[in-house]
Amino acid sequence: MFSWELLLDAVVLGTMVGCFYAAVSIGLAISFGMLDVPNVTHPALLVLASYGAWLLGGFEIDPILAGLILMPLFFVLGIALYRVYHETFEKRGSQAAVRGLAFFFGITFIIEVGIIMAFGVDQRTVQAFYIGKSIEILEIRIPMRMIAAFVMALLLSGVLALYFNRTFLGRAIRAVAQDEEALRLMGADPVRIKQWAFGIATAVAALAGALLIIVQPVEPTLDRAYIGRTFCVVVMAGLGSMSGTLVAGIILGVAETIVLTMFGASWAPAISFTLLLIILGVRPQGLFGR
Amino acid sequence: MRSVPFLIGAAVFLTAAVTAAFVVRNEYVFFAGFVILQFIVLATAWNILGGYAGYVNFGTSAFVGVGIYTAVAVFKYAGAPLYLQMLAAAAVGAALGLGVGLLTLRLRGIFFSIATVAVTIIAETLITNWKFVGGATGVQLLRPPPTAPFESYIKMLFVVVAVLVVIAVALARYIQLSGVGRGLRAVRDDEVAAECSGVPTLKLKLLACAISGALMSAAGAPAAMYLQFADPVSAFNLNYSVSALAMSLIGGTAHWIGPVLGAILLATTQQFLTVTISSEVNVLVLGVMLVLFVVGAPDGIIGLAKRAWQRWGRR
Repeated sequence: MFSWELLLDAVVLGTMVGCFYAAVSIGLAISFGMLDVPNVTHPALLVLASYGAWLLGGFEIDPILAGLILMPLFFVLGIALYRVYHETFEKRGSQAAVRGLAFFFGITFIIEVGIIMAFGVDQRTVQAFYIGKSIEILEIRIPMRMIAAFVMALLLSGVLALYFNRTFLGRAIRAVAQDEEALRLMGADPVRIKQWAFGIATAVAALAGALLIIVQPVEPTLDRAYIGRTFCVVVMAGLGSMSGTLVAGIILGVAETIVLTMFGASWAPAISFTLLLIILGVRPQGLFGR
Repeated sequence: MRSVPFLIGAAVFLTAAVTAAFVVRNEYVFFAGFVILQFIVLATAWNILGGYAGYVNFGTSAFVGVGIYTAVAVFKYAGAPLYLQMLAAAAVGAALGLGVGLLTLRLRGIFFSIATVAVTIIAETLITNWKFVGGATGVQLLRPPPTAPFESYIKMLFVVVAVLVVIAVALARYIQLSGVGRGLRAVRDDEVAAECSGVPTLKLKLLACAISGALMSAAGAPAAMYLQFADPVSAFNLNYSVSALAMSLIGGTAHWIGPVLGAILLATTQQFLTVTISSEVNVLVLGVMLVLFVVGAPDGIIGLAKRAWQRWGRR
């Protein structure tokens, strides 16, 4: 049934969900959008970080704090992943992206099974004071956990936007995204910069994974639902744009929530991929693309 | 005349499969054999587009799922026999293949791959919302009695898929050796250059997509009767996509024998592990083998064999 109130509800909640989608996609916006690495492992890394947050939750550690604790670990993991990718695919050149895609799918499966073997297939949740409660703003009930994710998402994209615009390394990363060859001619080593950037992308995934387990219960194969969402957001944003990622996330979030309330949950999985197909067909450079 | 050894090989394979169906008592052999043969078809079909033309299709699961559900639909609607189910699935698969082929107009490389994943999920969602074929909960199917010479339905399915293997491999081999294959290789190496030198790239890509899609859906179709059950989540499981791709890459994509070798190696290992350990280990092996091969042996078993052969020849 259509009603304006339902639509308003959907838009408000969808915006929050959308900011959360932006947060889980930012890592991919860096690794795929800026560095052209076909990192389909990104969603699996999110889930891995969620399990990390769940483990730390056993010691009464707040999930967001847990995400921050996991960041350095994931930074190192990201650097290791990129090193392997670079040595085996980028250096060899031919068909790097396609073989790389197969490689990252393989890693994804290994992570999935690793989690299943270590923790089983049950759903996992975490506890925190903001989980399970909700507040009313202008007669719209909003779960507190969504607000927590929303605020963190805004903070994360804000900090990263500052980093990419104001700091030397951040600008170097953007330079590598624009023209690797020119950077080499300036005497900088693009590989080391990309390695650093991939580390950041993975570290951001750690924090986003903590947000994921705040927003919903996590199971080992949850990453498959997020392959579509994250790639949709990143491609829609236009590769590598931070503010674009936020807008694209919100578009996806609102679209999903509206379909969810009008037609039911069984149609939701197709939304991200349909949007993705339309964008790829009509405007492959994305809404805010170069 | 170079087709003679191949024809003899195909005849020997078919005879062996039929003989086994009448001699071997243990039903389990056919349960496992069916899956292995099915993967040979899937990998071979995948390689026609992915290996020869270089368009990496991550939508094998879409074709398998659509094949399974076409079989379910015609069976539920008209009680169609197995061969009609497979023909219908092949027709729908070819149509879907043409659709995917049209994507290649605008999308290349990794963007094409992502788009095929999208096609999979969209197809799955449509089926999930189609009440006639059971929706999200799936549908139970009652097998009719097996046709005359076969004493059990599983043995019949096994032989039918064996025939499909021969058709798929013969098609892949024909494409590889004919002008179509040369054209597809030109597309893979440099599409613009191919187009400029008068290769009808779009026509060839559409043809490759349609054949590949028809074979994949036809291979998927008997799975409905094999399991006597179909549900969207397992019919469209991403594992089909990654398996087909992994088997081709592991075997080697340049030659038709590559996907066959890769499928035999990987599917047999997986069947063995499923029985002895668990189905999770299966997926782990898939992941580990995929990573090992793309990192360590980018040209697959064929590449390894070639290198070994050259080293041996130099000595």
